[in-house]
Formats: sequence, C-alpha cells, structure tokens
Amino acid sequence: MTTRIDRKFAALKAEGRPALVTYFMGGDPDFDTSLKIMKGLPGAGSDIIELGVPFSDPMADGPAIQAAGLRALKKGMSLTKTLDLAARFRQTDDTTPIVLMGYYNPIYIYGVDRFLVDAVASGIDGLIIVDLPPEMDEELCIPAIKAGINFIRLATPTTDDKRLPKVLQNTSGFVYYVSMNGITGSALPDTSRVAAAVERIKKHTDLPVVVGFGVKTAEQAKVIGSAADGVVVGTAIVNAVANTINPDGSLVADPAEAVATMVKGLSSGVRASSLAAAE
Amino acid sequence: MNTVVEPNSFKTGPDEEGMFGIFGGRFVAETLMPLILELQQAYEDAKNDPSFKAELQALSTHYAGRPSKLYYAEGLTKHVRQLAKDQGLDGGAKIYFKREDLNHTGSHKINNCLGQILLAKRMGKTRIIAETGAGQHGVASATVSARFGLPCVVYMGATDVERQKPNVFRMKLLGAEVKPVSSGHGTLKDAMNEALRDWVSNVEDTYYLIGTAAGPHPYPEMVRDFQSVIGTEAREQILEREGRLPDTIIAAVGGGSNAIGLFHPFLDDKSVEIIGIEAGGRGLDGEEHCASMSAGRPGVLHGNRTYLLQNKDGQILDGHSVSAGLDYPGVGPEHSWLRDTGRVSYVPILDDEALEAFTLTTRTEGIIPALESAHAIAHAVKIAPKMAQDKIMIVNLSGRGDKDVHTVGQLLGMDI
Repeated sequence: MTTRIDRKFAALKAEGRPALVTYFMGGDPDFDTSLKIMKGLPGAGSDIIELGVPFSDPMADGPAIQAAGLRALKKGMSLTKTLDLAARFRQTDDTTPIVLMGYYNPIYIYGVDRFLVDAVASGIDGLIIVDLPPEMDEELCIPAIKAGINFIRLATPTTDDKRLPKVLQNTSGFVYYVSMNGITGSALPDTSRVAAAVERIKKHTDLPVVVGFGVKTAEQAKVIGSAADGVVVGTAIVNAVANTINPDGSLVADPAEAVATMVKGLSSGVRASSLAAAE
Repeated sequence: MNTVVEPNSFKTGPDEEGMFGIFGGRFVAETLMPLILELQQAYEDAKNDPSFKAELQALSTHYAGRPSKLYYAEGLTKHVRQLAKDQGLDGGAKIYFKREDLNHTGSHKINNCLGQILLAKRMGKTRIIAETGAGQHGVASATVSARFGLPCVVYMGATDVERQKPNVFRMKLLGAEVKPVSSGHGTLKDAMNEALRDWVSNVEDTYYLIGTAAGPHPYPEMVRDFQSVIGTEAREQILEREGRLPDTIIAAVGGGSNAIGLFHPFLDDKSVEIIGIEAGGRGLDGEEHCASMSAGRPGVLHGNRTYLLQNKDGQILDGHSVSAGLDYPGVGPEHSWLRDTGRVSYVPILDDEALEAFTLTTRTEGIIPALESAHAIAHAVKIAPKMAQDKIMIVNLSGRGDKDVHTVGQLLGMDI
C-alpha cells in the first residue's frame, strides 16, 4: 500500500532533490490563522507538513515549541480541533502529506481506535509520537499501520547500530533522524557528523531519512539536504509565528505571510541542494 | 474503574516491560530509551552484587542513621481516645509513627538517594540532576552528591522555590545548583519536565536521580526497592513491640515513594488494611487538589501510564496542594495498580485538615511533621477514634516539618 508520503518521496527522487518538511503548531496563534498558515505551506515550497498537536507537558520540546503549544491551548485548541484543521486543509489539497506530531496522552484519552478512524477521515498520513518508543508499539504503532497510517520513528545519536533494527522494525513512510541529543530548537551539529549518521541509518533501511533539530536557515537546509532525503524545520517556523505576536496577543504582522516568507527561503535552500548534488 | 483479577501475590510486579497491570511502562523519547535500558541492566547487576548491598547497608546505618525508630505516639493516641470519649465511644486505636523524619536530611528521601548515587557511581556517571517539589528530595540529592563529590543540578518549580525557602538554601549550601522552573504553575510536574529536558540534552555524563516511585521503568521499581526498607523495618519492629502485625498502615501519597516503601512489605499480609492519603487540597469538586486516584483517570505522563488529573482532551492539569511534596497531578504506577486491584484504598485529606494535624502533632507529640506527613496523620486521627483501643496503626512520618514553618506561619497569620 502506498501512501501520500511514499508517493511524495518517489516524486522528489525523480526530481533529484531532498524534501522540505515543515513543522508548525496547530492552533497557534489561533485556529483560523493556523489554517491559513497550513494552506500557505505547499505553495511556499513545503513538501511534507508536520502538524503539531499541542500538549500541556511537551517534555522533548524547547522553549519555542512549548510556548507555541501553550498559546494554542489557551485559544482552546485540542486534538479534535487539530484533526478538524487537517480535514479543512484536505478540502483544497489532496496530495501534500500531513504528519501529525505530538505526545501520546491526548490520543490515549481520545481512544486509539476512534482516533485512527478520525485521523484517516481527516487525511492524516503519518504519526510521530514522541513518547512512544518501539518498546510500546502495541499501544498505537501497530494499530496505526493496520489503519493505513505511517508510523514514523525518531532515530537519535543514542540509537546505536544494535538498537537501530528495533527502531526501524515497524517504521514506515520515512525515518526522522534527530541530529543531536536534546530538545527541539537546540543548535545544529556539524554536517559531517550528520552525513555519517544518515549513512549509518541507510545501511539498515531503504526508507528515506530526513534530518531535523537545529535547522534554521536556507543555507543550513541546503547543506543538510545534500546529506539526507529531507530536512525538517520546526522551531524556526514556530518562531516566525511568535515574532508576529505582541505580548498582549495582538498581531504586528500576518503570521501566515511570515511563515510563507520563511518557508520560501528554506525551499530555495533545499532546491539549491539538488543543484549542488547534481554538480 | 478498571476491573483487575486479584493476583496470588501483590509483590511480584512489575513485569519485564515494567508494567503493573496496565500501569507503568516506558513512554519516553527515543533519545532516552538506550539510557533507560542501560539503567535497568545496571540496577539488575547491582541488586545481585553483595558489595553493592553491603555499601548501601553501611551508608544507611552510619550516614543516614537507619534503622529509623518506630515510636508509640502516646500523646496523639490519648488525644484520639479523648475524641472517642467525646463521641460517646470507648475506642481509640494505638498510633505508632515510623520516624523517617529522624533520618539524615530529615525525610525518607535519603533512602532512595543513597541507593541511586551508588548506582550512578557504578555506571560511571559524573553529573547528577534531580527534580524536587518540597525540596526534601532536592536536599537529599544535593547531600549525596556532596558526599560523593559529584556536581548536582536540582530543578524546582518557581512556586515551590518560594514556599520552601529553607530547603532551597540548604541545597545551595550543599553545593547544588537550584534551577527554578516557571512553566505551568511552577510546581513538581514542571520541574520534572525540565529535568527530563536536561537529561535528553546531556545523555553522556548525566544521571537522573528521580525522587519518587514514578517515571519510566525501572524507576518505579527501583525507588520502591530502595524505600522498602521503611516497611521491612516497621514490620519487624511492630512484631517485636506488639507481637503481631498492625491493623492499619497509613502514608501520604504524592508520587508515592514513602507510601510504597511502607506498604510493599505488607502487601501480602491480608489482615493489614492499607490506606494511602492523597492531597485533597481545597476539595475534590474543582481542580484545586492533587487527588489523582480519587478524581483522575489513567493517562500517560513522565514516562509511565498512571492515574492523572487531566481534562477531557488529555491535557494535564496543574492541581493544588498546600504541601509542595504532594503537589503533583500524577502518582507512581504501582499505586494505580494497587488502587484498581483494591488492595490499597486511597482517600483524600484537605489542606485544612492537614494543617490541623500539623498543629496537633506539634502540640501533642512535640514533633513538627512535614505537611506531607500531616496528611497521613490527619486521616489517622479521623479513623482512630472509631477503632477499638486494642487496634494498632502505623503512620509513616515521612519527614520533619521545619521546611514548612514559613508556609504554616503564613496560613496561620503568624509572623516569623
């Protein structure tokens, strides 16, 4: 069974360039604006959308994404509304893959079976659930695969060769290599180490490997993109939204426009990356 | 409520995956998974190493001051008998205190810290991090870090830093760096989030010294094992003093380490009634309490599945308790399982009731109990008058209350 994610990577392979994977927080700064942000992503050059589900206790996230989640929750965002956001996006875009990214508890409380039915109906293609390692695959990973949703796993520098097979075992769609041990928004490590890590993972799998954590600029996207099948940008986008919001919650600029501008820049980076690779 | 088949023994958990029934587990980011597996292996090895046991035993005896006393609280017993008389009853159970307040650092927390620092040393870790609510675990962590010459960073909610100033100062004196955490309500939950973020960023050299019997496997089991010395001693001591097992044992439950430590050795003694006391805060009607097992439902947070205070979207609530050590919206997974199996009953005690027990214990016993322990005492005082005078009860006096004098002074309108 091929999914939108599989088809996207196949198309990018033909095009000969890495994917630009963009993360944003659903419901930040509010539902309507975040829908506008989401709708603007493909046009700005995003190949795959990671849709963040806000959680009260995001243990693996740095201050930027923590704050974005809290802003969304304060405006009444929930898992139900995040699925609704995806469904509304799907009304006008049936090809861009959507990967839901968040923590397990909201899904567990929603009910795994009911969640998977609603996620499929909302056009969700993949899941990244930070606090579900392979040891907990029975919880959501295996039911998700049965429901036709890719379960995308994070691999980290601590995932050694001995552990990689276990991590990759039930992974589909792509592998998300977290380029450093730490929380989201930390500094980017040097490229040669990232390239070596991607190579190491590729010895164990045919799945595309995308790299995230720490990518902020077009130049970084270009460099990382030359070493991987895709580049994930999250914190920089979330910061672009945050920079349009006054402390009192009013807007100084259009968040959707700010995000689109940033993504266009990053997109030129990954596209240059393909040129670099072709040279 | 989940229905659970009663097991032959309540003492065999967790299973290999770290589960107590549906509770527990290892819900952590991939970055931490190899560390947790390494920790589990190191703990298994240490458990079976006589030299580890011997070193822990020696430190417990000569450094922490174990065994802690089992003290017949005669003043409090007289008080409950008077209460019974006032109600026209001739009851009033005999109340014993397990004196964990007499340990070095002033609470049960040292038991676990000594065990884990030896493990950290064994694993070659060179930096200690810890989370703390009331500061008792922070102080114990700072203490053992000083003793073994390791740098220590303690994450503490900003609210707790404010209400537990004496302990903050003690930690600093001991050489620890106290990092206030201002996210959420600035309490234990937020401190734990931040400690996990530190750990995930410093996996190479850092040992995370969790203070309660919660978190990802193997922490709930390991902390319980290190704290079970409380119940093991209490069981022997009461058999020696009274020639029989107690009728009731009571302990306060935040994350639940002092409670599981007292309870575990008694779990298969069917005749012993076991009661855990949750922080009822300002009452269970609203959100200003921390009674996760009385008013919450199972969910996943901080590496384990357990009863949690949460809204219908699965967002975790902050909760409230006058006692910083109980101010946590979750509870250790083994308690959740003991609740569902029915072996232990969990009941809430309100802030006001705990304060009253705090004052009462101070006046009738000359012992200033920690506000956490005062919750357990409050329940003992509530039920003892209705029990016959030949009934025996053990209350875990998990810590001393010196750290709480500012909070209590404020609440009672006294100047310090």
